[in-house]
Amino acid sequence: MATSTRLRRIRRNWQLYLLVAVPVAYFAIFKYIPMANAVIAFKDYSVLDGIWGSEWVGFRHFRAFFDNPVFWTLVSNTFILSAYFLLASFPIPIILALALNEVRRGFFQRTVQLVTYAPYFISTVVVVSMTILILSPSVGLANDALGLFGIPSIDFLGNPDYFRHIYVWSDIWQTAGYSAVVYMAALSGVDPGLYEAARVDGASRLQKIIHVDLPGIMPTAAIILILGVGNIMAVGFEKAFLLQNPLNLSKSEIIATYTYKTGLLNADFSQATAVGLFNSAVNLVLLIVVNRVAKRVSGSGLW
Amino acid sequence: MVRESRTDRLFMVGVYVLLATFLAVVLLPLLYILASSLSDPNAVSSGRVTFWPVDFTLRGFQVALSDPQILVGFGNSLFYTAVGTFVSVSLTLMLAYPLSRRDFVGGGLLTRLIVFTMLFGGGLIPTYLVVKSLGMIDTRWALIVPNAIAVWQVIIARTYLRHSIPRELFEAAEIDGASHFRVLWSIVLPLAKPMIAVIALVYAISNWNSYFDALLYLKSDDLYPLQLVLRNILILNTQSNGMDVATAMERQQLADLLKYSLIVISTVPVLLIYPFVARHFTKGLMIGSVKG
Repeated sequence: MATSTRLRRIRRNWQLYLLVAVPVAYFAIFKYIPMANAVIAFKDYSVLDGIWGSEWVGFRHFRAFFDNPVFWTLVSNTFILSAYFLLASFPIPIILALALNEVRRGFFQRTVQLVTYAPYFISTVVVVSMTILILSPSVGLANDALGLFGIPSIDFLGNPDYFRHIYVWSDIWQTAGYSAVVYMAALSGVDPGLYEAARVDGASRLQKIIHVDLPGIMPTAAIILILGVGNIMAVGFEKAFLLQNPLNLSKSEIIATYTYKTGLLNADFSQATAVGLFNSAVNLVLLIVVNRVAKRVSGSGLW
Repeated sequence: MVRESRTDRLFMVGVYVLLATFLAVVLLPLLYILASSLSDPNAVSSGRVTFWPVDFTLRGFQVALSDPQILVGFGNSLFYTAVGTFVSVSLTLMLAYPLSRRDFVGGGLLTRLIVFTMLFGGGLIPTYLVVKSLGMIDTRWALIVPNAIAVWQVIIARTYLRHSIPRELFEAAEIDGASHFRVLWSIVLPLAKPMIAVIALVYAISNWNSYFDALLYLKSDDLYPLQLVLRNILILNTQSNGMDVATAMERQQLADLLKYSLIVISTVPVLLIYPFVARHFTKGLMIGSVKG
């Protein structure tokens, strides 16, 4: 009985299945076949034999990666960069949204919002070039400013110690205004009765923020934090790659850039796939663990 | 009206100072780039430009806009953005509409299979091998097809269709004998315009700004999108064709000036649309953030 109504529904809605056919084919071809292709991490991929004809070598490529002296550098560069990024980029949009929420709706508020939001639309290539130009030791604005205080000019991008700060803060510059919008939306959903009650109780503005605003955006913040932690190993390839130069490589080489170089530039497909697979697996495990913790602590998770 | 206490007033001063700081930190670098792009190359390379053009000139723009490589890149980017966005929006709606229907048997499983691809993937090389075996390497397809659908956009579209269009409308249409294609065309398309505008915008921006797929899949420079041309000139310091200027010194200065102008040129198209759609965009983000 249940199966027959189901079949009837499927037959009646055949057009829905026709509609999803192309998108489903897309996911099969560009998402699921690559997952199957990842078996080349366990093989010695040769172009002539193809993916399935190549010889199995077990975990050899993984062991080679773990034994490689760059392994710990790559893992720690990736991890530290992401963790720093996560910790620094989490509170700033919240502070921006709370501050914007305090000022009266008007020209100033709209200007701040419009301007801080705008860099989100600028491409990574352009943001990185702006960063390079502004930090340039010869003509850059940053060193001109330092020069006013008598500080000699610094080659920011040539010094590996500055790489992480440049990466993280240029990203915050670009995305804080955009991320704040999500919190603004959450704040607009807070029950106005709570504000009235706080006012009747004689709460100061700061107390209102702590006791009404912050709890109001907590669920949104929690989800954003979980997603961030889950992506801790998936730090943006594009940006690190663009900011890299031979001088800062010791801090800027991360798993993603290394995969690209070994895989496509040196054509070592199997080795690169093993590295990428290791990265994805760590990522997935982190996400599952964090989600479970979040569920136990706050009762809400991603799934 | 409750009177503001002194601490509250002090607090508000702090808030304004904070916001002004945010404003300055974001705005000043943009002004610096704009001012440099409009200044004499000499003034730029001697560091005399801050936030206002010095010895105003449009030479940087002239050089940039007479460079064949940049023009080709610009044209290519327009093409990839237009075609890519059209394909992406169509596919997203074709997937989101069935998923938004509660009587779509198998929808739950399909959603899970799609969301899983956000969490785990085969990686760079296995995907590259697929694109290669399809013969898409070094063709325009490589920039349009492999990343055509963004899962996040599908979820936003599905949620919108499920909650913002009254179900009775769909039912009425079906009673009148409308097919699903008809429903999609005559109900979803007109009624979901704000949502479609938002996802189209997101796809368009990401198409316009992307360079990585081009770096992976393209070899011929006549197919390069603007961002890859920009990367070559701005970051790798490759000399551009359009600059046959006499002395090396002047050449270097012009090359520097060109960078500022290029940044402005490539960003202006995106920033021009932005104020018009910003409000839509905020709404769309809220739709997405309410329910995953």
